[in-house]
Amino acid sequence: MADRAVLTVSQLTEQLRGLVEERFPAVWVEGEISNFRLYGSGHAYFTLKDDGAQLRTVLFRNRMRRIRFEPGDGQHVLAFGSLEVYATRGEYQFVVELLEPRGLGALQLAFEQLKARLGAEGLFAESRKRPLPRFPRRIGIVTSPSGAAVRDMLRVIGRRFAGLSIVIAPARVQGEGAAREIAAGIADLNALGDVDVLIVGRGGGSLEDLWAFNEEVVARAIAGSKIPVIAAVGHEVDVTIADFVADVRAPTPSAAAELVVREKQALIDGLLDLRGRLEGAMRRRLEHARREATSLTGRRVLTDPARPLRDLERRVDDAVRRLRHAATATLRRASHRVDVTGAGLRGQSPFARLAGDRHRLERVDARLGGEITRALVRWQHRLAAVTGRLDSLSPLAVLGRGYSLTRTPAGDIVRDAARVVPGDAVDVLLARGRLECRVERTKEQDDRPQV
Amino acid sequence: MTDLKFEDCLSRLEQIVSQLEAGKLSLEESLKVFEEGIGLARHCAKYLADAERRIELLAKDDTGALTQKPFAFESDEEA
Repeated sequence: MADRAVLTVSQLTEQLRGLVEERFPAVWVEGEISNFRLYGSGHAYFTLKDDGAQLRTVLFRNRMRRIRFEPGDGQHVLAFGSLEVYATRGEYQFVVELLEPRGLGALQLAFEQLKARLGAEGLFAESRKRPLPRFPRRIGIVTSPSGAAVRDMLRVIGRRFAGLSIVIAPARVQGEGAAREIAAGIADLNALGDVDVLIVGRGGGSLEDLWAFNEEVVARAIAGSKIPVIAAVGHEVDVTIADFVADVRAPTPSAAAELVVREKQALIDGLLDLRGRLEGAMRRRLEHARREATSLTGRRVLTDPARPLRDLERRVDDAVRRLRHAATATLRRASHRVDVTGAGLRGQSPFARLAGDRHRLERVDARLGGEITRALVRWQHRLAAVTGRLDSLSPLAVLGRGYSLTRTPAGDIVRDAARVVPGDAVDVLLARGRLECRVERTKEQDDRPQV
Repeated sequence: MTDLKFEDCLSRLEQIVSQLEAGKLSLEESLKVFEEGIGLARHCAKYLADAERRIELLAKDDTGALTQKPFAFESDEEA
């Protein structure tokens, strides 16, 4: 018996501590919390258990602070920490460094996975975002009809613009089936056909409470909506998949209502301002027209631009009529005199009559007065102006500016000195008349400046 | 004009006002757009005055058809 190796309890425990603490310095353990107790010291003691075993666990106060949720009995958690042997009590304990609900981890994973997948599909693309209507007449809201969110939104809308039409598609916004009801609400409001903008949302809550807005069926319904959608889920810090897919993300339901509805008073003020400007501009335009009219009084010639032309035409017609009348009368008198004098053929010679007529016409002309002559001169100017324009279109018009055309006897235009040789006859066309020339010498190059 | 959306009405009115303020239109054109502008302003004002607050709750009947009924808060403390 003397050879037996006997350890004291302390020695054995010390060896166990070494083994255990060396073997499990850092480990993830999954289990359910039970017998959770929070002590006045701030440390929490509980048991992690599964179907076959239990593990005493401690969560020290300084670690407690790093945990974002409140641990409690029945929660399925993942715990990270180390094993320690508590020698005085002959127990081993799991000392927790990190604690997270098993469910939350799964949700977060699902969130990230769906976000990545829909993002890759382009559902969050800026190019998909539609502008909100500036003045919606009918607003559709998908939310719980008994929640705080609907109350907030109706209050904001009522305060800003009491006269809007609102249709609420009731949907549960948390729990089993909520996502399908939200998606159906979006589709139903689209089916109504007269809704200008949609608000889809709910008030604040835990991540689990908001979860419906992270489900694919809701994301697809928002993406498929023909009506622009504002997502308004929870508080400013809560971000859901619905926020990414929606055309606009509002931080809260109240903010969504403010985005959609303009202040009626601001609209009325804006309208009054526009109307004032409209009338002011018209008044100024009329004033301007009146000033113009006043300055033109006494200068009727400018109020009716056609009037001087009509006067002129009348005067010219008159002149022509009197001219013809006078000529005829003179002619008749002349014929009479011819008859009376019994002159021979000479008096009836057309040449003699023409000469006589011309003479008489000249006299008539002199009687017509300077004014009519001036009128005729103006008509001539008009005619000259028209003829001038016609002339300028003629290729021959350039001759008037001092140019000439050189042609061969066959009528071809000579553009190049090489076309002719000394001794050739050429025909030079001037503005007036022509020259028949003979070539003495040709020079293919001359000393004019090159442009 | 009555089927013009408020938004379209307002933009056309804004357009007319800037046109008229630019002063480039003939008197006749000015009068024409002015009259149109006054009509639009009246229409917009009427829209703002006439809009009637209507809050409805969407429901589905047995056949799945959508119906709308007046909405009231389940607890009426806000009223």
